[in-house]
Amino acid sequence: MPASMAAVVAATRFGFAPKPGELAEIGGDPRGWVASQLDRSADFTPGDLPASPETVAAMLEARRDKEEKPQLKERLKATYLGEIDARMRAAILGTTPVLERLTQFWSNHFTVSGMRPFVRGVTGAFEREAIRPHVTGRFLDMLLAVTRHPAMLLYLDNAQSFGPDSLVGRRQNKGINENLGRELLELHTLGVDGGYTQADVEALARILTGWTIAPLRDPPAGRFRFFPQIHQPGDKRLLGRTYPEGGMDEGEAALRDLGAHPATARHIATQLARHFIADTPPADAVERIARRFRDTGGDLKQVTLALLREDAVWREPFAKLRTPSELVISAYRVVGTVPQPGLAFMALKKLDQPPFFAPSPAGWPDVAAAWVSPESVLRRTEWCQTFAERLADVPDPVEVMANSFGEALPEDIQSAVRRAPDKRAGLALLVASPQFQRR
Amino acid sequence: MTTRRHVLKLLGGGIAACTCAAAGLPSAVFAEIPGSRRLVVVLQRGAMDGLAAVAPLGDSDYAGLRGSLALKPPGEPDGALALTRDFALHPSLASVHPYFGKGELLVLHATGNGYQTRSHFDAQDMMESGLSAKRGITDGWLNRALAPLQKGKERLALAVGGATPLILRGPMPVASYEPAGFHAAAPGFIEAVAQLYVGDALLGPALQEGLKAQSFSDGVLAADMQGDAMKGGGGFGPKAFKPLCEAAGKLLAAEGGPRIAALDMGGWDTHVGQGAESGRLASNFQGFAEGLDALAQSLGSAWGETVVVSVTEFGRTVRVNGTNGTDHGTASLMFVMGGAVKGGRVAGDWPSLSRLQDDRDLRVATDSRGVMKALLRDHLGLDGQYLASRVFPDTAQIKPLDGLLRA
Repeated sequence: MPASMAAVVAATRFGFAPKPGELAEIGGDPRGWVASQLDRSADFTPGDLPASPETVAAMLEARRDKEEKPQLKERLKATYLGEIDARMRAAILGTTPVLERLTQFWSNHFTVSGMRPFVRGVTGAFEREAIRPHVTGRFLDMLLAVTRHPAMLLYLDNAQSFGPDSLVGRRQNKGINENLGRELLELHTLGVDGGYTQADVEALARILTGWTIAPLRDPPAGRFRFFPQIHQPGDKRLLGRTYPEGGMDEGEAALRDLGAHPATARHIATQLARHFIADTPPADAVERIARRFRDTGGDLKQVTLALLREDAVWREPFAKLRTPSELVISAYRVVGTVPQPGLAFMALKKLDQPPFFAPSPAGWPDVAAAWVSPESVLRRTEWCQTFAERLADVPDPVEVMANSFGEALPEDIQSAVRRAPDKRAGLALLVASPQFQRR
Repeated sequence: MTTRRHVLKLLGGGIAACTCAAAGLPSAVFAEIPGSRRLVVVLQRGAMDGLAAVAPLGDSDYAGLRGSLALKPPGEPDGALALTRDFALHPSLASVHPYFGKGELLVLHATGNGYQTRSHFDAQDMMESGLSAKRGITDGWLNRALAPLQKGKERLALAVGGATPLILRGPMPVASYEPAGFHAAAPGFIEAVAQLYVGDALLGPALQEGLKAQSFSDGVLAADMQGDAMKGGGGFGPKAFKPLCEAAGKLLAAEGGPRIAALDMGGWDTHVGQGAESGRLASNFQGFAEGLDALAQSLGSAWGETVVVSVTEFGRTVRVNGTNGTDHGTASLMFVMGGAVKGGRVAGDWPSLSRLQDDRDLRVATDSRGVMKALLRDHLGLDGQYLASRVFPDTAQIKPLDGLLRA
C-alpha cells in the first residue's frame, strides 16, 4: 500500500477524517501518528457542563417539587445540546481525533441511553466522567467507574435494586433487579458466550445491591453511594468463586475478577477488531489482541498499540462503512466547521443515530448490514446534499478532496468532483462518494 | 382518506415522475405474490410480558404469584377485558378487543422459540434468524421465505421504519420505508451519485431501490398521510408506532405494493415500575393496540386477506421483582390478527403456573417457529419441505400448527 493510503487509513479509521494538513502531519508514519496520541491528553473542552450528581440532584428535586419541572426540562435540554456540542467540537476541530474515536468506541461499549427518559440529562456526563479518563488507562478502572456511575446505576436499574434480606428489603418487602447484573456479564465483560448462567446473573445482582445514588436527604445528592442497609447479606457464589460477605468490597472484587477473566479479554478484543479492522475480523488478529489484553492486565493503551500492529488494519482501506454519526463528524471535519448542536441532532435523528440515544444497552450496531437499507442509503445521500447546501463558507471541493484523500481516490470520483457544476455540488458528491461513505 | 382511484393515480404519477425514470430504472417496483395475501410481522423488542397482555385469570395460582401486577377481572373498574372463561385481555389493549369478538384475533399463549439464555440480543437474533444455533447468523427467516416467492430483482417485502431488521436481511432484496426524511435531493445530484455507486455492491443497489421505493411511497402516501406520518415518525415511545402502522397499511394495500412487511416496536423491557392496569407497560400496550387497529383500518378491503403476527424474544418473570417490574423470563405470547385468521380463541396448551421454568418463568407450550411455519405454508403457500430445510433449518420436529387460518 502506498504511504499516502496508509495515512488515509490512519486518519479515517483511527480518527474520523483528515482535517486540512493532517495527512501531511501523518506523513510516512501512520502508526507513529496514532501511537503518539495515546500519550497525549484529549483536546476536549467541557466548558461549564454540569457534573452528573448536580443534574441527578436537580432531577430528584423536581420529582419532589413539581413546580420545578418546566425549568428542569429546559435545563436538561440545554445540557444535552451542550454535550453534543462539546463532543462534536472535539471530534471535528480537535487535534486528538484518535482519543475521540476511542472515547466514542468505549462509550458505545458501555452504553447508557436517553431512550430511558431519566438518564437523558447525564448521558454526556457519563461519557466525560466514566469513559474519557480511562480510554488509554486500565479496563478495570473504566469498568469500576462505569458501574459506579449514576447514569449506569439509573439506566440499568441497580439504583433501585434491594437485597431481599437486607434491612430495608425485609422492612419494605423489596427485592433485586437483575438488569445491571446481566448486562455486565453479557455486554460489558464476558460476552454472551462467556460461560455464565442465570444463577451467576442473580449472584452478581445480589453482590451489587447497595450500589446506588445518594438521595436528597444525604447531600451531596446524586453521587454514587453504597448503602449497607439495602445490601443483600451473606456469601455469594459467582462463576464458581465464593465472595464472602463484604459489603461494597464484594462488588469491587467481583468486577476485578470479571475484568481479568479470559472471556472478557476475548470479548473486548472481538469488539475492537470489529470496529478497527472489519465487520468480520480475522480470528488470529482477535486472538493476538486478546492475548495482549490478558498479558497486560487490560492496559488499554497496550491493547490499542497491539491493534496498530495488526497488518489486517492496514491491508484493506475503506473496509468499514461509516455509521451516520461518523459520516456527519467526518464531513464537517474535512471542511473545518462545527454544526449548531440542534442541527447536528436533527440530522442524526433523521439518519437513525441521534447522539446518546442508542436503541438498547448493546449500543449502536458496528456492522454495515445494520446501516444499509434502501431507505437509509437514500437518506445518507440526501443528507450529503443538505450538508453542502447549508454550509456558510464553502471551501473548494478539489482542495478538500486533496486534503482528505491525497491521491487515494479513483480517477472517476476525482473527475466527477472536478466537473461538478458548483462548489456545493462538488463537495456533496465528494462526501457521498463510496470512499467517503467508508473508513 | 385517500380513495383507491386516487392512490392508483398517485402511484402511477409517482413512478412515471422524475427520479427512477430518469435513472433508467424499470417501473415495476414490487413483484406479484400469488393471490393478494398480505403478511405482517410485528417484532416486539425488549420482551413483552405475556401474562400482562393476556391474563390467565382462570389459573388458580395467577393472583397469588403476580401480586401487585395481577389484573382485576372483567366487570370491575379498570378490569381486564373478557376473552374466554379463563383468559382476559389487558384493558389498555382495548383497541384490538373488538377484533377478538369478530373472530379476527387469535391469541397463542405460552409461546417461545426454545432459546433460554434470557439475553435480549441473542434471543432477538434467534427470533429473527430462525436458526436453532447462533453460529454464522447473516440473514433472517423472512428473507429466506421470500426466495420462492420473489422473482428477479423485484421486491415483495417492506421493512418499515429505520434500518432493515435482521428478520428481513439476506440475499433477497427488500424495500424499506421510513417517515420524515431530508428534503429530496435534486435529481441531477442523485443521478450523479448513482453513477459513482455503479460498481459498489453495498451502496449501489440500495440507493437504486431506495429511489424506487421512495417514489412509490410518496405516491401512495401523498398529501393526507405524510402529515400524520411525520408527526409521530422517527420519534420515541409508544406513540411512534401508530403512524408507522398507518403508512405500512397503505403501502400494503396499494396495487403493485409490497405484500409482506416487518415492523418493530420497542419499550417492552419493563424492569422497573411496570404497573398493572396503568403505568409504563399499559402505555406501551395502548400504543401497540392503536397501531394494530390503524394497520387494519388503513389496509381497507385488503384486511380480509391479511395476517398480522406479533412475536417477542421471550417473556418475563411471573413474580414481581424488587422494583415493581419483571425480569427476563421464558414464555410470552403471540397475537395473530387479520381477516384471514380463524380467531376469537386463545389457542395452544396452557402450561399452568403451578410448575414454573426454573421456579420463575412461564414454561413454553407452543414453539413460535411452528406458528410462523404454518402462516408461511397456509397463507403464502410455501412448501413444507422448504420451510423445514431452509427457512427454519433443522426444525423438522417442530410441526406447523394447523388450523390458524380460515379455511
